[in-house]
Amino acid sequence: MIELQNVCRTFTVGDQEVAALRDIDLSFGAGEYISIMGPSGSGKSTMLNMLGLLDRPSSGTYLLDGGNVTDLNDEQLARVRREKIGFVFQSFHLVPRLTAAQNVELPMILAGIPVEERKERVKVLMRNYGLSDRADHKPDQLSGGQRQRVAIARATVMNPSVLLADEPTGNLDQATGWEVLKLLEGLLEQGITLVLVTHDAEIGARAHRRIHMLDGRILSDEQQAK
Amino acid sequence: MRLSDTLQFASGSLRGSPTRTLLMMLAMAIGVAAVVVLTALGEGARRYVVDQFASLGTNLVIVLPGRTETSGVGPGLMSGQTPREITLDDAQALLRSRAIKRFAPLTVGSASLSRGALNREVVVLGSTSELLAVRHMEMAVGRFLPEGDIHDTASVCVLGNQMKRELFGNEQAVGQWVRLGDRRFRVIGVMSSQGESMGMRTDELVIIPVAASHQLFNNSGLFRILIEARNRDSIEQVTRDAESILVERHGGERDVTVITQDAVLQTFDRILGALTMAVGGIAAISLAVAGVLIMNVMLIAVAQRVKEIGLLKALGAPGKQIRQLFFAEAALLSAIGSVAGLALGYAGSFIIGQVYPSLPVSPPWWAVVAATATALGTGILFSVWPARRAAKLDPVAALAGK
Repeated sequence: MIELQNVCRTFTVGDQEVAALRDIDLSFGAGEYISIMGPSGSGKSTMLNMLGLLDRPSSGTYLLDGGNVTDLNDEQLARVRREKIGFVFQSFHLVPRLTAAQNVELPMILAGIPVEERKERVKVLMRNYGLSDRADHKPDQLSGGQRQRVAIARATVMNPSVLLADEPTGNLDQATGWEVLKLLEGLLEQGITLVLVTHDAEIGARAHRRIHMLDGRILSDEQQAK
Repeated sequence: MRLSDTLQFASGSLRGSPTRTLLMMLAMAIGVAAVVVLTALGEGARRYVVDQFASLGTNLVIVLPGRTETSGVGPGLMSGQTPREITLDDAQALLRSRAIKRFAPLTVGSASLSRGALNREVVVLGSTSELLAVRHMEMAVGRFLPEGDIHDTASVCVLGNQMKRELFGNEQAVGQWVRLGDRRFRVIGVMSSQGESMGMRTDELVIIPVAASHQLFNNSGLFRILIEARNRDSIEQVTRDAESILVERHGGERDVTVITQDAVLQTFDRILGALTMAVGGIAAISLAVAGVLIMNVMLIAVAQRVKEIGLLKALGAPGKQIRQLFFAEAALLSAIGSVAGLALGYAGSFIIGQVYPSLPVSPPWWAVVAATATALGTGILFSVWPARRAAKLDPVAALAGK
């Protein structure tokens, strides 16, 4: 369902061209659990942004669910992001002035979903993630684990087919980190494709498919026998 | 995204930084209030002058004998002619014009007024019962000149307020007799005090029937004919009719002058109207300044909320939506600022009205509309650039807070 063909991404820094991704050929099927690992500067974040349609390839083709998304305009890209892709960030990125429930509601507001449906879906998700009694708290009144759970609820509220997580446990202590990871892995049962970017080998090893990157290239792509 | 959600989100982010929001609203409000108060003052001055003129009698057209345009030695003077006088019958003929509502002939003379030992020179006006209505005068006691035949020479008179006080003090004047020149007149009414109008102190006048004044002063001409047009629009018609009727009766000679009060009034109206516009325009500059302030603060807001904008993009908001959110913020800000400004402006006008009760201070509707529209317009116009800047942010860089 996701296919990258000869994807390159170069940045211009000063008068120098820096390649963040070089000739990436990659394809994922639905429901896969993939980890992308590599040292900083290896291009794994650029890869994630590329997969999340936040960045465009300098050359090459990106096919999502069979459709070419390389040539879409801003509005069409936003629509694909809204409907098919969920993001979980290392630093949570919750809007500080909104409550937990309002943060979860945000993607549905942008999508123009009617109020009643929004409230209903938020309620269900908050219950599922054990956040019901925190619904009216602002992010700064929540613990790190709770914040990340709110963020995951927000990322999944539109029922995306792909969830992109960028170091989701990076700002959490180990116990909470495992908790959050379990939560993410639980989404696999719903058929979601989970892409996890991490530099933590222990976490990366949990994925069924592990991709190592270096200098913008895929170093290794190992499939774990289940 | 739904409109209600857009507005809600925008108001949420406005509430998120209350100090900034309040300061911007204050700037907007002061701008709008300045326009409202200043135009109210200008409009008040204009209305004051117009009202003063209107109190002389509305829709007034004045006919006087002779051509005032002629200067130097005209052919009439060379051949020993004087301008033909306007007679009572001329005046009555005016009623042929349907545009004329009523008219009052006017003679002016000076005579000695006496009662017993008291004696003084007074200005005597000869007219008809219509004068009261034409000149918007009011009676204090008794009746004005009797209605009926214009040639009636009844020996009755109406005293100006001051004349009555000087001759009768606190006594009852109505029904008493006074001597005017060589005739005796019965007092039938006293005017209420009304100060000066058209260069005569009405309080020091004595008014008698116009035919009686012709007898008293032994003449037959009229000093003026005051004509009231049916309405403002028919003033021109009245002017033309009066001229043509009188010219016809005077054997085709244009020896009368017809002037309208409206012409004078309109000039004042125009001058003061222009002044109000100018003052309002100057005040509107402060609105533009408020607009620049809004732009400045919006740019800061965009810079401060870079991460949020990046997040919204990641969550699936296209650039257009981001732009709309910032527009909505600017619009809300200007709208609330304008409402506050209107309230402030009306309060200010009310206070000025209390301090100067004779000035009819009230903001003209066009200024209120213009001020509000300008406030909303500048608010939105000056948010175009910040909103575009926000919409064009690169989501990756924005999420990283760069």
